[in-house]
Amino acid sequence: MTFDTLRCAATLENLNQVIEFVEEAADRFELATKKKFGLLIAVEEAFVNVCHYAYPDGQGDVAVSCGADNEAFVVEIADSGAPFDILSLPEPDITSDIMERQIGGLGVHFIRTLTDQVYYRRESGNNILQMLLHKTEGTPP
Amino acid sequence: MTIQTVKEANATVLTITGRMDAVTAPEYEKALNERIAAGESAFVIDFQGLEYISSAGLRALLATAKLLKTKNGQIRLANVLGTVREVFDISGFGSIFQIQDSVSAALADLG
Repeated sequence: MTFDTLRCAATLENLNQVIEFVEEAADRFELATKKKFGLLIAVEEAFVNVCHYAYPDGQGDVAVSCGADNEAFVVEIADSGAPFDILSLPEPDITSDIMERQIGGLGVHFIRTLTDQVYYRRESGNNILQMLLHKTEGTPP
Repeated sequence: MTIQTVKEANATVLTITGRMDAVTAPEYEKALNERIAAGESAFVIDFQGLEYISSAGLRALLATAKLLKTKNGQIRLANVLGTVREVFDISGFGSIFQIQDSVSAALADLG
């Protein structure tokens, strides 16, 4: 699988650039619109998480890579911050009422829910979150 | 994201167009917080033109709804459609907000 990579500073100002980069790659792959919509939310959540938490002492970069083969589209989001697996976070509460409802945790819930498969790995000093979507609905994992 | 505001007899209607993401959601929160601070207490948020919402958008909605509740205010959402609706459903937000099919239905519900 060949990857196209966009590297930029991990700041929210670059969110639109990241989303456009992934959207163009997903369009080239002809990912179904509904799946693409979900993927773009998952990418925003992962990117924003890196912006907020990966570099508590200053600035750092994020690398967003898109790759595809015949049936799967893959996005990887890498940062060089301290080891952190976002998938280790617990599932959020999604049932309590307005006043009881906690603000956090939804981002990782969307990453899990809106992708077909998601993996974390630590590699060469980087945290890498890999999100995979099958081209069509109903493809078994 | 753009926010259009119309004051109806019994509520303020905010029509949100575009994207509510990590960059734009603070604009929504600021707009609503200012109106709540000015004493307005009944709102209808019209999502007819909303194309996209992420957890940052939901977070802004929740934060303002919590603030409003502490002031005994009321909020209704209208036209939560398509992919935005799906985001509400998978996050459970569809059940914590009162959602109406149209702005007029939401205004009528506020009484």
